[in-house]
Amino acid sequence: MENSQIIKITELVKDFPVGSGYFRALNHISLGFRKGEFAGLVGPSGSGKTTLLNIMGSLDVPTEGEVLVLDQKVGKLSVKESAFLRKSKLGFIFQNYNLLPVYTVYENVEFPLLLLGYPARERKKMVLDALEWVGLSPKIKSKPNMLSGGECQRVAIARAMVKKPLLVLADEPTANLDAENSHHILQTMVKLNRELNTTFIFATHDEKVISYLKRRISLADGKVIKDEIAVNQS
Amino acid sequence: MLALKLAYKNLIGAGLRTWLNVFVLSLSFVIIIWHKGMLDGWDRQARTDMIAWECGGGQYWQKDYDPYDPYSLTSSHAPVPPSFLAPLRQGKMTAILVTQGSIYPGGRVQSVLIKGIEPEQKILSLPSAVLDSASAGIPVLIGQNMARANRLKTGDVFSMRWRTAGGAFDASDAVVVGIFKSNVPSVDAGQLWVALPTLQKMLDMPGQATLLITSAVNEHPPAIDGWKYRNLEFLLADVENIIKAKTAGGAVLWFILMLLAMLAILDTQVLSIFRRQKEIGTCIALGMTKGQVIRLFTLEGAMHSLFAAVLAFIWGTPLLYLQAKNGIRMPVKGQDFGVSMADVLYPTYGISLILTTTLIVLLTTTIVSYLPSRKIARMNPTEAIRGKIQ
Repeated sequence: MENSQIIKITELVKDFPVGSGYFRALNHISLGFRKGEFAGLVGPSGSGKTTLLNIMGSLDVPTEGEVLVLDQKVGKLSVKESAFLRKSKLGFIFQNYNLLPVYTVYENVEFPLLLLGYPARERKKMVLDALEWVGLSPKIKSKPNMLSGGECQRVAIARAMVKKPLLVLADEPTANLDAENSHHILQTMVKLNRELNTTFIFATHDEKVISYLKRRISLADGKVIKDEIAVNQS
Repeated sequence: MLALKLAYKNLIGAGLRTWLNVFVLSLSFVIIIWHKGMLDGWDRQARTDMIAWECGGGQYWQKDYDPYDPYSLTSSHAPVPPSFLAPLRQGKMTAILVTQGSIYPGGRVQSVLIKGIEPEQKILSLPSAVLDSASAGIPVLIGQNMARANRLKTGDVFSMRWRTAGGAFDASDAVVVGIFKSNVPSVDAGQLWVALPTLQKMLDMPGQATLLITSAVNEHPPAIDGWKYRNLEFLLADVENIIKAKTAGGAVLWFILMLLAMLAILDTQVLSIFRRQKEIGTCIALGMTKGQVIRLFTLEGAMHSLFAAVLAFIWGTPLLYLQAKNGIRMPVKGQDFGVSMADVLYPTYGISLILTTTLIVLLTTTIVSYLPSRKIARMNPTEAIRGKIQ
């Protein structure tokens, strides 16, 4: 990867069909992300940040342009290749946590490792380590409905981090959390970014998250209007 | 293996919803097996009774004999072929002579079939030995249904009339020397059994018979001029046809039961896919392909029937075992409808019946689970992650 660039976006366009026409969600975007960045796509609702995040996460494909994620062209990948990229290299954190409701905390965190086929002993160690990072070791047997919002999001972080991915994509991770929990979650992610050198890319319009970002990319109407390195770090 | 593990976790995690479906499916399992077991048990009982009371191992019919044509009885008798005399003496065969007659119990006239049988025969279960007794009239043996229909009991005397070989009418008193109980209506209803030598004398047909019953099944019966061999397949065809008709009727019940069970599974699957869109999106985001998610959901549905098979085994086995051991008392008498049916039916549950039922339910459940799961393939994962209804 040239200059440790793990994502390279060139002239990305994304259109969604609306009636007989289409809606342009992303309009000729070109961006790059380096390994270990703690960056965020910032902007109001409808600015295209989640769409961009989904394409970077290989959950969606571009209409035009090229998106290289870890040297793989999103949009040209087969279904299996795309699933393998997500499974092995990417971690996702969602606004609504998206924990599997019938699984315990332990099982939720274990899930990505099961998909990767890790042996049981190794799996156990990795899950316990991940839960220790987020401070949830005492809750391994709890189910999501027994946890607070903050705890659920910490489980989601542990699930995203357990396989030590190169890139974590977080879509409005603090939208459903109070200020205290938001700061706790963000501090955890900053720590993981620092210690494991994992790249974090957020989609957010939450000021609390924005205050933690090292790089802020502002989007409006599907276009990048500002790309800046943050001066004040929390 | 992973899909199995995940499907198992998901089903167990779904709690009551899973167990309700599993219970409904287990009901279907047990009722389908029970119903088929009843028919198989009836089939076995009917065959056994028909062989024991009427058919033996097979029969030689005088060439004109047609049990469904009473007019044929006048001519359907002939001397026993010489080659059969030895087996008759050895008890390997028994001869039956059949004619028409009338009886007058309580002053009423009743048309009957008079059948002559060797009193010492052991091939049929008929207690013919009682015919070898001295009495004031001709000793006759009748079945329970015949006795009930004509209000006769042991020791009763009534008038009996018949036509001799020469065409003359003759009559005599008859004495009921025995009443037997049989599940086979064709040896009971409207029939009188008398000793063969007596009937031959009454009809003036010495050494003649209408049919000859063999004790053993004969795969290669010798051809005898003037006689037709009827094997068990032929002799049991009527009862087999009745059971086949019942089985076809039973297929409707089977279909309804399966439909109910499958509806429960289909409903659960449709609801599950509708409610678990966020989960589906999450699984895809975490690295599963849509195909893997479809397989997982299909497997979850199919696993219902595996659980149901285990549950059915747990509560169904003792129930079916008790029924097979003690039998089921039938609410109506099959003999009243001319059908060979015991008062108590003993269902038969074979391994093939259980395995076939399990496989059919498993296969059907898998197909029913797969159909709604295909919707996943059309889902947009980015919408699914947000739980947006698609």
